[in-house]
Amino acid sequence: MNVLYGLYQPDEGEILVDGKPLKLKGPSDAIGAGIGMVHQHFMLVPVFTVAENIMLGAEQTRGGIAGFLDRRRARREVAEVSERYNLRVDPDAVIEDLPVGIQQRVEIVKALTRDVDLLILDEPTAVLTPQETEELLTVMRSLKAAGKSIVFITHKLGEVKAIADRITVIRRGKTVGTASPEASRDELAALMVGRNVRLTVDKSPATPGDPVLEVAGLVVDDDRQIRAVDGVDLTVRAGEVLGVAGVQGNGQTELIEAIMGLRPVLAGTVSLAGDRIDGWKTKKVLRAGVGYVPEDRSVDGLVKEFSVAENLVLDIYDRPPFGAGLALKPDAITSSAKERIEQFDVRTSSADAPVGTLSGGNQQKVIVARELSRPLKLFIAAQPTRGVDVGSIEFIHSRIVHERDVGTAVVVVSSELDEVIGLADRIAVMYRGRIIGVVGPDTPREEIGLLMAGISPDAAAATDGGPATDAGSASEDEA
Amino acid sequence: MSTMAVPDVAVAPVDEGFWTRSRKVGLTLLALGLLAAVLFGALATDQQARFTLSDDAAGAALEINGTIGAILFGIIAIAAGAALLAGVPKRWFLPVLGVGLVGFVLSFLCWQVSAAPTGQNFMPLVNIIRGTFILALPLIFGALAGVLCERSGVVNVAIEGQLLMGAFSGALFGSISGSVWVGLVAAAVGGAFISLLLAVFAIRYLVDQVVIGIVLNLLAVGVTGFLYERLMQTDAEQYNSAPRFSNWEIPLLKDIPVLGPALFRGNIFLYVGLLLVLVIHIGLFRTRWGLRTRSVGEHPTAADTLGVKVLRVRYRNVLLAGVVAGIGGASYTLALYSFTKNMIGGKGFIALAALIFGRWNPTGALLAALFFGFADQLATYLSAINSSIPSQFLAMLPYLATILAVAGLVGRVRAPAADGKPYIKG
Repeated sequence: MNVLYGLYQPDEGEILVDGKPLKLKGPSDAIGAGIGMVHQHFMLVPVFTVAENIMLGAEQTRGGIAGFLDRRRARREVAEVSERYNLRVDPDAVIEDLPVGIQQRVEIVKALTRDVDLLILDEPTAVLTPQETEELLTVMRSLKAAGKSIVFITHKLGEVKAIADRITVIRRGKTVGTASPEASRDELAALMVGRNVRLTVDKSPATPGDPVLEVAGLVVDDDRQIRAVDGVDLTVRAGEVLGVAGVQGNGQTELIEAIMGLRPVLAGTVSLAGDRIDGWKTKKVLRAGVGYVPEDRSVDGLVKEFSVAENLVLDIYDRPPFGAGLALKPDAITSSAKERIEQFDVRTSSADAPVGTLSGGNQQKVIVARELSRPLKLFIAAQPTRGVDVGSIEFIHSRIVHERDVGTAVVVVSSELDEVIGLADRIAVMYRGRIIGVVGPDTPREEIGLLMAGISPDAAAATDGGPATDAGSASEDEA
Repeated sequence: MSTMAVPDVAVAPVDEGFWTRSRKVGLTLLALGLLAAVLFGALATDQQARFTLSDDAAGAALEINGTIGAILFGIIAIAAGAALLAGVPKRWFLPVLGVGLVGFVLSFLCWQVSAAPTGQNFMPLVNIIRGTFILALPLIFGALAGVLCERSGVVNVAIEGQLLMGAFSGALFGSISGSVWVGLVAAAVGGAFISLLLAVFAIRYLVDQVVIGIVLNLLAVGVTGFLYERLMQTDAEQYNSAPRFSNWEIPLLKDIPVLGPALFRGNIFLYVGLLLVLVIHIGLFRTRWGLRTRSVGEHPTAADTLGVKVLRVRYRNVLLAGVVAGIGGASYTLALYSFTKNMIGGKGFIALAALIFGRWNPTGALLAALFFGFADQLATYLSAINSSIPSQFLAMLPYLATILAVAGLVGRVRAPAADGKPYIKG
């Protein structure tokens, strides 16, 4: 897609627009040819206003060579487009103050003010609540009605089926097939991975034992000293999987980091099998029998320049048999690494290959292999399958379930609702730093979606429930 | 259309408890005020402290009894501190803080002036103000060079080198040609030369920008020092006797009391500097060039996807920065002094401090530069009246202020998000 938008140059082949071959030297050529793109990571300057972001690159100016910005005209343009496609945005709002859904709307308006005929949407729903996603689909339908073409890139099959007129499946840089929206989910998934995969996780009912992790009244701040976890109570028992669902940025990251001793606990307690572990150093927490898959593997999970073998012992390199005194024992490290590469199906050229050369899925398997090779009481996996191919997802999920079955307490944090529903025995939904509800995995997706948006069933029924009022007033502002 | 706002925890108000930043600052100010009222009040003498509205002891003056003045202005600082402690509306924070700090400084001055040797119990305001601006001049140019560079995302630690190279080439080519204008152009080119090296290494070859900046400073010191010894010292007549811009009085403005004689009856570079602050401020926030510059400094990828040529904008801004700093260097050799080895003497780094203290904003940088210039001028004045305060103490102020600024004690200081990060496509 970046080639289509002129960001990358093609090595071979050509692009035809309206039947004419097109040479794109840069994004401005693409815009000129009527191609607009909404990137997965928004291309908005956070400290600029909506109008400034929309103006950028296509500024209307007065005063000749001095080039004074014509803000009034920019505002009018934004208003026009907003009106025409029913995409309301405030041109004077500063981007970083806007919720993600509105930022995405700004991106769409930005493309539309440039008179594009073709709009590329790259994974637009990854950061949205189910309700916002629904609304985006509505916008896409109205754009279609207005005669625009849309390329919608996503890995969520339900969305593809809901909106697409034609579906093209790409795997490893090649078109592997096309399908119509009537194709079943299983057919599409099979096209995507090249073989039939199970979308649901096979697992027997849980047999919960004693509480292992107990969190009470936990309060944690984020990096900017803003309250991120605001009084969370949780209990996870041996032999069960607790799924933590929620739109990203609602305190899940901070909750897990606080449990792991990576972030100071401001109030409340964290206990592991009866022992208070809040205030412990991370190393001590790990050694007490906690396994941890961090959400960002390349930053927190692996040292990319280190070999697979070295990454596999990052937790216990200083313990026998891998270390003695000041020295490492390379032979022991390598032989154990080979064993685990086998056991966890890590596809690597050798145990000495730098882990950064592996695919995302195999990197993730290295982390899972490392963390599951210690005797565990508690296993915490944050976004365990983000950016991981479907085959590896299947494998990682089965290992997580296996860990549960041998009696470990498991916490899975994921922004993929399907993953949480598939794995969890109980689902805790986080919203604005609180657990807004704990539900079973059989709960309808819609209900969980509402919880993720801060609307709990009882609060919605009440006339002046806290979170419900928040959401209500927000929708009035934007309507 | 009904939209669910995505929860944004970041927007939630910070609960700082009772000790907000405003209160902490208020407490500090209160302590300073107490110090001023008690200590400065006790040390001040009963002499009249005279602040003359001229260049010397003559003429009209603002007078106040030293002891009374020191205590009175100290009390003003205490009052401002107490107000902040009690809590004031947000928009009153800066004005009240300003009043408090001015009170503290005036209290200090009342003590110093009244305690000066008999016959020297005066402070010539015109002289002080002029000195403040002249000493701030290289800082203003340097900080503007920093603004131009860093707003586009290239860290400019090479300000010192740019100023020095500007001063040197201004002196050299001014002397050879005998024309101030040739000197001025040469100075701009000299500064731009250092900038070009910075740009090529930082933008093209992705060298760490701080490291390359420091290296370029050393290069400038080395090259100019070498040529100074080989050319200027052996034949000063030929190579180091640049003509100077003559003083130019601005009609009308020169007749403003105090400020007129202090600022508008002389140095042409001062006018250029002040004008540049205005031009760059408007340019940055009101023009297409400014919007593109800021976008490239904040989020180059976003700018690129909209067809803004990121690298071209950066090259252009870094070169412009060199031109501005080069002219700043010429403000030494084409108006005030002959070239001497390493004559910038660290002012480039104080300019960097002014840039940060002024929050990457041209007007802020001007105010910061003036504050540092005032500290500098005050040090000179105090040593002239044999003050008990060592002048090194005041020379330390810019750095101290910058550390406090960077530590976030005077509000959040936020550099352009992409400052110092090379842009690599894809």
